[in-house]
Amino acid sequence: MKRFIAGLLLFCLPLFALAQDPAPAGDAASGDVANGETIFKQNCASCHNTSAEKSVGPGLKGVQQRHEFPWLVKWIHNSQAMIAAGDPAAVALYKQYNQAQMTSFPNLSETDIKDILAYVEEANAAPAAVAGAPAAAGAPAAQSGAPSDLFVLVLVALLVVMLLVLGVLLVVVTLLSKAVSGDAAAGQTGTPFMERLKGTLTKTANNPAIRSATIWVFVLLVTKALIDGAFNVGVHQGYAPKQPIAYSHKLHAGEYKIDCNYCHTGANRSRSAHIPSANICMNCHGVIKKESPEIQKIYAAIENNQPIEWVRVHNLPDFAYFNHAQHVNVGGLECQQCHGEIQNMEVVEQRSSLTMGWCIDCHRKTDVNTKGNAYYDKLVQVHNEGSKENLKVADIGGLECSKCHY
Amino acid sequence: MEHTNKRYWKGLEELRNDKDFVRNANSEFAPAPPAEKEYESLVDGMGTHRRDFLKVLGFGMAAVSLAACETPVRYAVPYLNKPEGEFPTIANWYASTYAEGGDYASVLVKTREGRPIKLEPNNLSSISSGVSARIHGSLLSLYDNEKLKGPAKGSDTKVSWDQVDKEIMSQLAKVAAGGTPIRLISSTIISPSTKAVVADFVAKYPATSHIQYDANSASALLKANGGKVPAYDFSKAKTIVSIDADFLGTWIAPIAFAKQYAETRKLSSAKGGKKDMSRHYQFESQLSLTGSNADYRAAVKPSQIGLLVAALYNKVAGKMGASSISAAAVNVPHLDQAAADLIASKGQALVVCGVNDINVQNLVRSLNSMLGSNGNTISGAAYNLRQGDDVAMNGFIDELKGGRVGAVMFLDANPVYDHPRGAEIAAALPKVPLSISFADRADETASLTKYICPASHYLESWGDAEPRSGYYSLLQPTISLIFNTRQAQSSLLKWAGKNEDYHEYVKSYWRSNIYTQASGGGFDQFWMKALHDGVFEPKSGSTSSTSDATPASQPLATSTSVAPLASSSDDAAAISKTYKANGSGLELVLYEKVGMGTGNLANNPWIQEFPDPVTKACWDNYACLSKATASELGVEQGDLVKLDYKGKALELPVVVQPGQAAGTVAVAIGYGREKAGKSADGVGVNVYPWATFNNGYLSFRPGEVTLTKSGGTKDIAQTQTHDTVMGRESVLQDAVLGDYQKNVMAGRFIPEVETSEGPKEATDITLWDGHEYKNHSWGMVIDLNSCTGCGACVIGCQSENNVAVVGRQEVINRREMHWIRIDRYYSSKSAESIDDLEEAAENPEVTFQPLMCQHCNNAPCETVCPVLATTHSSEGLNQMTYNRCVGTRYCANNCPFKVRRFNWFKYFDSDDFDYNFNNDLGKMVINPEVTVRSRGVIEKCSMCVQRIQEGKLNAKKARRRPVDGEIDTACAQTCPTNAITFGDMNDPESRISKVLEVEREGRAFHMLEEINVRPQISYLTKIRNKAAEAPGMADA
Repeated sequence: MKRFIAGLLLFCLPLFALAQDPAPAGDAASGDVANGETIFKQNCASCHNTSAEKSVGPGLKGVQQRHEFPWLVKWIHNSQAMIAAGDPAAVALYKQYNQAQMTSFPNLSETDIKDILAYVEEANAAPAAVAGAPAAAGAPAAQSGAPSDLFVLVLVALLVVMLLVLGVLLVVVTLLSKAVSGDAAAGQTGTPFMERLKGTLTKTANNPAIRSATIWVFVLLVTKALIDGAFNVGVHQGYAPKQPIAYSHKLHAGEYKIDCNYCHTGANRSRSAHIPSANICMNCHGVIKKESPEIQKIYAAIENNQPIEWVRVHNLPDFAYFNHAQHVNVGGLECQQCHGEIQNMEVVEQRSSLTMGWCIDCHRKTDVNTKGNAYYDKLVQVHNEGSKENLKVADIGGLECSKCHY
Repeated sequence: MEHTNKRYWKGLEELRNDKDFVRNANSEFAPAPPAEKEYESLVDGMGTHRRDFLKVLGFGMAAVSLAACETPVRYAVPYLNKPEGEFPTIANWYASTYAEGGDYASVLVKTREGRPIKLEPNNLSSISSGVSARIHGSLLSLYDNEKLKGPAKGSDTKVSWDQVDKEIMSQLAKVAAGGTPIRLISSTIISPSTKAVVADFVAKYPATSHIQYDANSASALLKANGGKVPAYDFSKAKTIVSIDADFLGTWIAPIAFAKQYAETRKLSSAKGGKKDMSRHYQFESQLSLTGSNADYRAAVKPSQIGLLVAALYNKVAGKMGASSISAAAVNVPHLDQAAADLIASKGQALVVCGVNDINVQNLVRSLNSMLGSNGNTISGAAYNLRQGDDVAMNGFIDELKGGRVGAVMFLDANPVYDHPRGAEIAAALPKVPLSISFADRADETASLTKYICPASHYLESWGDAEPRSGYYSLLQPTISLIFNTRQAQSSLLKWAGKNEDYHEYVKSYWRSNIYTQASGGGFDQFWMKALHDGVFEPKSGSTSSTSDATPASQPLATSTSVAPLASSSDDAAAISKTYKANGSGLELVLYEKVGMGTGNLANNPWIQEFPDPVTKACWDNYACLSKATASELGVEQGDLVKLDYKGKALELPVVVQPGQAAGTVAVAIGYGREKAGKSADGVGVNVYPWATFNNGYLSFRPGEVTLTKSGGTKDIAQTQTHDTVMGRESVLQDAVLGDYQKNVMAGRFIPEVETSEGPKEATDITLWDGHEYKNHSWGMVIDLNSCTGCGACVIGCQSENNVAVVGRQEVINRREMHWIRIDRYYSSKSAESIDDLEEAAENPEVTFQPLMCQHCNNAPCETVCPVLATTHSSEGLNQMTYNRCVGTRYCANNCPFKVRRFNWFKYFDSDDFDYNFNNDLGKMVINPEVTVRSRGVIEKCSMCVQRIQEGKLNAKKARRRPVDGEIDTACAQTCPTNAITFGDMNDPESRISKVLEVEREGRAFHMLEEINVRPQISYLTKIRNKAAEAPGMADA
């Protein structure tokens, strides 16, 4: 028994540890590096790694040793022109990478490019931090302490319940063994043990109090099950349908760290996050892994002019209005907050329940992202005059019907 | 209302307190009518039968258990190659133009995922303002699946364009070789490049001539004014006299005129604010929308109109020292006063006339000349919106009958239906060797032609328009072709042996003709800008600056440039012959309805169900009679009567219409289509054949008819007394201008209640805590003085909010769904005796009041909902949550304004409601931001919460506060006269805040202040520019 409890505790410990994992480190980043990271993720990450590993284009580790800075600027601004002009390094690079042209970024200033390079250097200087990043990002809950506290509470409650159950079991076992030994002592009466047990049971069963109690417990349990079941109608948490193309978020978002916004172009600007159109896939797969049977399906779709019918994973009812831009752009939420650890998913799965209760819960708990947004200035001022709490989504009408139903 | 001795009523039944009226007024929902049984639906809303109940229950159980087994798989299908600038779920707007049959509006087409879902006004246009109800409706016609899917040869719809082109071209060549005439018949075309296409066609086939005609003709007006509609500018008028011209509803350019007119009617209660307005006289036979807005109105018989104009001419000429003309005297009220006012405001006076009689129009032109209107109230570029020539059209029909026409083409024209001699055309058409129609369906004319080459809808087309000389606008496609159609211009170009690409044609036309008027810049830049703006107005600068009294620098085609009149006395002689002062018989008046127009868009459920602003009837035309005439003839509302005009008899139901001239009967054109489609066919009767010709001009005042009771009755789908306000009084507040100038709160009624502490204002005592709006407080101000009652908002709202069409029978059952309605009140002296009632109905005052959910702060609906489906938001909105509603309808019962609508049926996907909501094509018009409501829930105005949310989000994304005006409701946006102001009352800089600041102690009132529901919507009192005597009486 003790061994069991010890084992249980051992099992739970890492969970505690995980749950109490503090917010990810990374404050060391200077302004330049941060800017570089943003630009890199938006523009470069789809084709380049910060390490030496090749992707569509070369890995950027040590790029400053390989090329002079002015050359790099020229190349980034217009590589095609350089190739056409016959710059030997440019032509060599062009040939080395299957004559794939690098997109020109004439809008990037020299400072921007310096920032990117600073970020690349930083990323290579601290590989450990980078390696740690997915794990940190994997705990979206870490952005505020509340969810992990709840998790701990639940675990503790579970433990207590288990201990109680254990205790009851022990009592039952003791009582039974006592009864058996007691019977053995009184064996002279001649009544077999089983028969007496049967008699006791019959008596118990005929006891109206016990009988009605049993019925009530049964009825209550069934009712509870029914209600729970009813509340789960239409809830598809865990829904992970097979998609027409075995696209892996784990590979693209996890390993290659392509920014979500690169493909889901709408998340920042519109109601829908947008499933990428085939031409976005072709930005990279025009060159990479063309021969893979899965990627050939995209080619086939384009050739046959037959759009790819992805199976929708996250379905909201028609009468519920949801807007990605409100949450991602204005609210500044991470995708993982609702979609789970998408970067670890081979097949996308619906992680959150997407019920109204789930929405409302979050609106009650979440602080409004008012920083730097003049829309909220007056509201915050008025709110702070009357309250010490932070301005929650619920305070600005986040629980009202017409926010989502019209 | 209580404070005056006036009585307000919505219909005669209310004035008389009919039994039916009382019964219906007392029940929020009308009792189930017997017709209910027609719906053999398992899911009818009323008294489900036991067996049906069991069936539904059983099916429900099965469905639930099936549904539980497997979730239906839904797909997300992205673009293969996403077009640049197209983002799913983000709307795009394209500037385009509605220009058909002489109607014009520059519009912005809102598209979602490549399909147009809404028309919005283009504020860059100086001509059009707002979007009218009918033009809103034209959007739904795009998704009409009864249109032809491709070219047709007779009944053969399997032919290809190539084959049709080949056959037509060879036959055209044959006709041309034979030298027989080729005729192109069209309604008014205001597109310069289309005219160029026609010219190219004529160059190839010189025997061709192009004849334009208008179903509701202004041919005489054109003839009298040098071929163009004079450039009326109502905004500069102090006195407006309109003789049978419905310039706010149907005449020439109603939305442009309404905007100008409203400018003269706006007032401000601020110190030193504008407290003067124009005075408007209307002389007409049937109560038109314009007549309803007039300060003084007199009902006259059509046979008197000419003499009336002559009398007005004489009265003015007498004072002006011009020679008078001889004409019989006619006794019409207000005529002296009108003449005096016209003379008093010389230079700021305007006389308009809608009678298609050349002599009358000549007199009107002289009248305007005398009054110094030219260069003042008639200034700027002339209108091209009517070009039809009745004489030429008659000539064509004679030719056709004589078998002299070799080939005929119909472009935007359906003369078999909408020309009085349609039957003659129908008889002669089959004999023409080659006949072609460009109609989008096999309509009355097209079905008789050999070939139908269906033209694309205007939202699928390229094109241009020139509504006024020197004012251009462009059409561009906003959706790829739905059916295998081709623009008529492309067809003509192809047959003329030219490149059929009309897009390129328009572009090159603009390059060589219109670009030359631009000031600098490359053509591509100019073209992109014009396409983006939708309009190009090189001359607008010069016209808008002519507000000083100097005549316009360029004479243009106004009457100043026309040769002097031959002689007014010739006109007088002709008038004396045609008109008589005291006609005794029952005279027929044909008129155009604001919604239906000439009937070219008849197959359109939105338009069919649009209640006429005056009669409030939809889905029908009918014989309007005055109360006195009806009593005299022994008929009542709803009685079927036979009207016989020279042997052409038609059966119609009677509508007793206050304001109708005694001894006249008015019937609307545009109904009785036979081959337009399921929504239009057999609705009403076609009265075009009753129209006649007077000196060669089409006349909608043909003369006397005989009326006989044919027995039987027909219900009329009339909404006027639906949703009454239960005798509550302070709904409408009005005053006359003189009183208002003395006291800006004139006409206001401030209710008081007795309390233990003495009388208090009703708004001072409340049981409620009220709401605190920290962020926004959305509200509206509706100016009853600017509202002309045109109803553009009704269809604008329908389009924005996916409001269902319920059909004729359901309107009769009092179940129409419009979220905003225009209440039309008549008012008259309080009736003391039965004679007063009679008199009251003779010629009452009319007031229009747009009414939508008032978004009460102390909302009676919110307290009675047992499931909290209707709640209050922190921004002042009364929210309606459909998915929570269980359909108890308590809220609708408790609503003092009667603005809540119940979904008695599932109006979409149901074949009982076959109004474009039940097929995939029709559903493309649905606004994806608004839930389509299902059966059994209440719905109502949401103050376009989807637009509020979108506007707020855009502001948040840009890290700023919303700017006033960037968020607008569909009704406010579409209003041609800006009668509705929407905005944030918490923003001190918003227009609404500024208006309320001035008017709170002036004209602004809340409806039903005595019950203190504190609406977010305020109204501004209606001010009439008339003497302060007994209101509304003809003898005032």
